[in-house]
Amino acid sequence: MIPGSFAYHRPTSVSEAVLLLDSLGDEARALAGGHSLIPMMKLRLASPAHLIDLGGIGELRSLREEAGEIVIGAMTTQHELIGSQLLSAKIPILSETSLLIADPQVRYLGTIGGNVANGDPGNDLPAVMICLNATYDVTGKSGPRRIAARDFYQGAYFTALEPGEIVTAIRIPVPQAGHGYAYEKLKRKIGDYATAAAAVVLSMSGGKVVACSIGLTNVAETPLWAEEAAGIIVGSTLDAATVKKAVAAAEAITAPASDARGPAIYRTKMAGVMLARALARARQRAGA
Amino acid sequence: MNVATPNPTSAERAEKLQGLGCKRKRVEDVRFTQGKGNYVDDLKLPRMLYGDFVRSPHAHARIKSIDTSKAKAVPGVLAVLTAADLKPLGLHYMPTLAGDVAAVLAEEKVLFQNQEVAFIIAEDRYIAADAAELVEVEYEALPVVIDPFKAMAPDAPVLREDIKDKTDGAHGKRKHYNHIFEWQMGDREATDLAFRKADVTIKELISYQRVHPCPLETCQAVASFDKITSELTLWGTFQAPHVIRTVASLISKIPEHKIHVIAPDIGGGFGNKVGAYPGYICAIVASIVTGRPVKWVEDRIENLSTTAFARDYHMTTEIACTKDGKVTGLRVHTLADHGAFDACADPSKWPAGFFNIVTGSYDFPVAHVAVDGVYTNKAPGGVAYRCSFRVTEAAYCIERAMDIMAQKLGMDPAEFRMKNLIRREQFPYVSALGWEYDSGDYHTALQKALDTVGYRQLRAEQKAKREAFKRGETRELMGIGVIFFTEIVGAGPSRNCDILGIAMFDSAEIRIHPTGSVIARLGTKSQGQGHETTYAQIIATEIGLAADNIAIEEGNTDTAPYGLGTYGSRSTPVSGAATAMAARKIKAKAQMIAAHLLEVHDDDLEWDIDRFRVRGNPERFKTMTELAWAAYNNVPPGMEPGLEAVSYYDPPNMTYPFGAYICVADIDADTGVTKIRRFYALDDCGTRINPMIIEGQIHGGLTEAFGIAMGQEIHYDAEGNVTTASLMDYFLPTAVETPRWETDWTTTPSPHHPIGAKGVGESPNVGGVPCFANAVNDAFAFLGSTHIQMPHDNWRTWTVANKLGLHA
Ligand SMILES: Cc1cc2nc3c(=O)[nH]c(=O)nc-3n(C[C@H](O)[C@H](O)[C@H](O)COP(=O)(O)OP(=O)(O)OC[C@H]3O[C@@H](n4cnc5c(N)ncnc54)[C@H](O)[C@@H]3O)c2cc1C
Repeated sequence: MIPGSFAYHRPTSVSEAVLLLDSLGDEARALAGGHSLIPMMKLRLASPAHLIDLGGIGELRSLREEAGEIVIGAMTTQHELIGSQLLSAKIPILSETSLLIADPQVRYLGTIGGNVANGDPGNDLPAVMICLNATYDVTGKSGPRRIAARDFYQGAYFTALEPGEIVTAIRIPVPQAGHGYAYEKLKRKIGDYATAAAAVVLSMSGGKVVACSIGLTNVAETPLWAEEAAGIIVGSTLDAATVKKAVAAAEAITAPASDARGPAIYRTKMAGVMLARALARARQRAGA
Repeated sequence: MNVATPNPTSAERAEKLQGLGCKRKRVEDVRFTQGKGNYVDDLKLPRMLYGDFVRSPHAHARIKSIDTSKAKAVPGVLAVLTAADLKPLGLHYMPTLAGDVAAVLAEEKVLFQNQEVAFIIAEDRYIAADAAELVEVEYEALPVVIDPFKAMAPDAPVLREDIKDKTDGAHGKRKHYNHIFEWQMGDREATDLAFRKADVTIKELISYQRVHPCPLETCQAVASFDKITSELTLWGTFQAPHVIRTVASLISKIPEHKIHVIAPDIGGGFGNKVGAYPGYICAIVASIVTGRPVKWVEDRIENLSTTAFARDYHMTTEIACTKDGKVTGLRVHTLADHGAFDACADPSKWPAGFFNIVTGSYDFPVAHVAVDGVYTNKAPGGVAYRCSFRVTEAAYCIERAMDIMAQKLGMDPAEFRMKNLIRREQFPYVSALGWEYDSGDYHTALQKALDTVGYRQLRAEQKAKREAFKRGETRELMGIGVIFFTEIVGAGPSRNCDILGIAMFDSAEIRIHPTGSVIARLGTKSQGQGHETTYAQIIATEIGLAADNIAIEEGNTDTAPYGLGTYGSRSTPVSGAATAMAARKIKAKAQMIAAHLLEVHDDDLEWDIDRFRVRGNPERFKTMTELAWAAYNNVPPGMEPGLEAVSYYDPPNMTYPFGAYICVADIDADTGVTKIRRFYALDDCGTRINPMIIEGQIHGGLTEAFGIAMGQEIHYDAEGNVTTASLMDYFLPTAVETPRWETDWTTTPSPHHPIGAKGVGESPNVGGVPCFANAVNDAFAFLGSTHIQMPHDNWRTWTVANKLGLHA
């Protein structure tokens, strides 16, 4: 539980941070809230020689609406996501999910950027970003670019970020007004990662689902976009038979690890149960 | 010195003392709640060095070579110790409390994952950790024994090569090179006969998984050896500081008076801090070698994976019974997994602790138990995690088995218990396995519990819910757990309890200062139990001086009288008794002084709360405060001045606290998530010293019991890797998960204890674990399930539901 030695840098602009990351190369890691990285360093599973703390960069701390999108600066804390009135009004699933991350102490420091960039399948926000079809603003030495959340995750701790790139903001298209949503997370205790979790956003019209998107957490090496399951739901009244079919389709794309949360079969089945419950709750919340 | 205030009433005078029965606030909390406790890791000495271990990644491997040169070359590293350095001192092994030896640093083999292999001594904690990574150890992996049921297979790998040819162990013959001991109690033939004649029998393997006490503060020590005086001062997380000093003296050959052991504030122990660990020995050796103080502090992973675990008992349990529900015999065979070394912390003659309390609260005419201890490639330990020695295992075993029998008989489990509980008039009761239960009124306690929770209504609700479940109207299963436990605490009488030959008495020394304030020192050591509060209450009532003017000190072997320490709920039964006895000596002397001052005969005086008064003339009195002053200037001719006393108390018997607990659980059949809707705990711990402390102890113990029953497990994979060695996976419930506790009591004093107190700290763990387990089992019983192994975490409970076809 004692980390190796490292040098600490605190740039004040994105360009300075990018320059540092580029010049220090492999030996450098960005530090946001530190609540994934520092535990890894204490276990000596990570031993970066340089930490580039993004905490001093004011431009990464923002939360605004812009042309049909909510844009959230990477250094916005998970605690701030819970408190934001804009998010509660426009994308309430984000506040609901953030409340289920870890515990208050972690959320005071843990950031949205760190959570989505970390690449740990246990993180809760990535599946929600996939569900909401978010894109990430990314900057590196070759300039800014955008990556869709649905293309971002490649394996456990492997993402589409190039070496030296950082996420600067998360853009989320504002879901249709009156949409229903739910994030259902099964965990063993406060502060635990999900045994399985499901994010659902859907819209109803005339008693039928007209749009639906589903993301799954911690049941594969990456967060999952359950596209087929969502497709099965669209057009239905969320009747039991359709939900059962969608649950089966979602379970089919899972490939969880067996761990102390339970064997793989259990976690797959829990993804299904969480999905069914999220669908039911989202439906209750949906207008019309 | 007469008091000029208006005459307070007797009730006011008694209240001012804050003595027995008072809900006095814990005096230690003033510092603890402000972060001002003083723990081992708060200690910073000039020129202090830090130690860190190199640990084995393998569960079983031969050490081919150890190369410390790179580590030694790191600037700031003073030395790296290995077994080769300790061996010439005879310190590469240390004696355990169980008559075995345990490796301090591994010599030829490692026997469990994370075993200590080398000890780095460096200028700071970071350098030590960096250097630990640079020690190169070449291992040759060996086949492992993880399943205790395979330990004694004819072709099992030899684990303990150091003793493989020893056919006799500390407790008799060894049957196999991986066997430690066999221990038997009871009448085998009579028991076999009872089973042959029985109408109904049950047999079930009831396993109590390996868990860990997991105190918030890990194990730690600071050793400081003074080369000029050849004196060693050792600060550490010691539940039994005096025993640590004696052991340290015996193995280091430093005379006992030149060793000063100090246990400062301790952040929880629960049995984890009874024994001695390689970290202590290495810190001592390192301080002797370097001449500087050396600190060793375990991290959480090291605590969970190397210092003493608890339980790991696999109990094949049989009950014989008549068809109308009267128990006629009990037979238990236990396979005990002790890990790589036998480091159980039991009284020396009791290799399986007091497991023979396994007949519980029931009138079994005959019983027989046998326990086989075996070695495996797991960490050593086997301590009493918030219970008296192996009593939680026994209570879990009998309380599960009683439910299984009730189920087979088709009887309500509460009714079945009522029918078999030992009756009030049978006390003192000698059990089939040899204990003499001091006092009890079991039927009253159980009836009160059943009435308070509305047991009949709960069963009716459960019946309705089960029918609704069958009709598909709900996915929730309701379980009701009922248990009745009997603890055996207060070890113990010198005729059968000793540790390494030292009888398990305990002690108190009380000094009254001239102004009537008091200091008392004891041989025990609080780790959160609130001794500073409760011992003062005992003294306050005994000698009539206010608890607020009584300081309690423990943990410093230079000042405190010798004692065996705090574990097994022994502080109140043993040191609490010593406290009362010492106080009575003081009171007797005070009475003579009072007689002298009042110019009457001793016998003409009577005690009145805080004073002696003349019989028939209550206006003539001397308060204890006045007598304290007089003890230093006006004692009867021929009497020594001063007012002090010491008592070493050898208890005539154990005490037997008991209780009735009831739990209501609701289980989500689709996820296995179990909600504890209600938990009611009725405890009878004899005389109640401080009801608020009792309630706090019960809340804490129930929370630990909840953790154990619902999720805790030290789990090893097939290669012997420990997979649950952090708080992410080792279930420590937070305030959010913890159910609400309802507490209640009856009072049946112990007839042999000076104030009738029995001890309570561990009862809730003993009774709590089976109660949660019975509730979960009860939820599934109507579907034909008889026994589900702990822990009852979500996935295991879901798996039970799945196997019963509930997800079809
Ligand atoms: C006890 C505990 C429980 C937890 N439980 C949960 C949980 O239930 N659900 C959950 O989702 N999370 C959980 N977490 C993780 C927590 O949410 C972290 O805060 C989060 O995963 C990482 O965010 P951070 O700001 O702390 O990032 P850091 O730890 O600082 O960084 C994490 C990684 O992301 C990289 N990084 C950080 N910011 C950026 C950026 N802007 N661009 C590129 N790379 C970046 C870092 O280099 C590092 O590799 C838990 C953590 C703890 C300690």
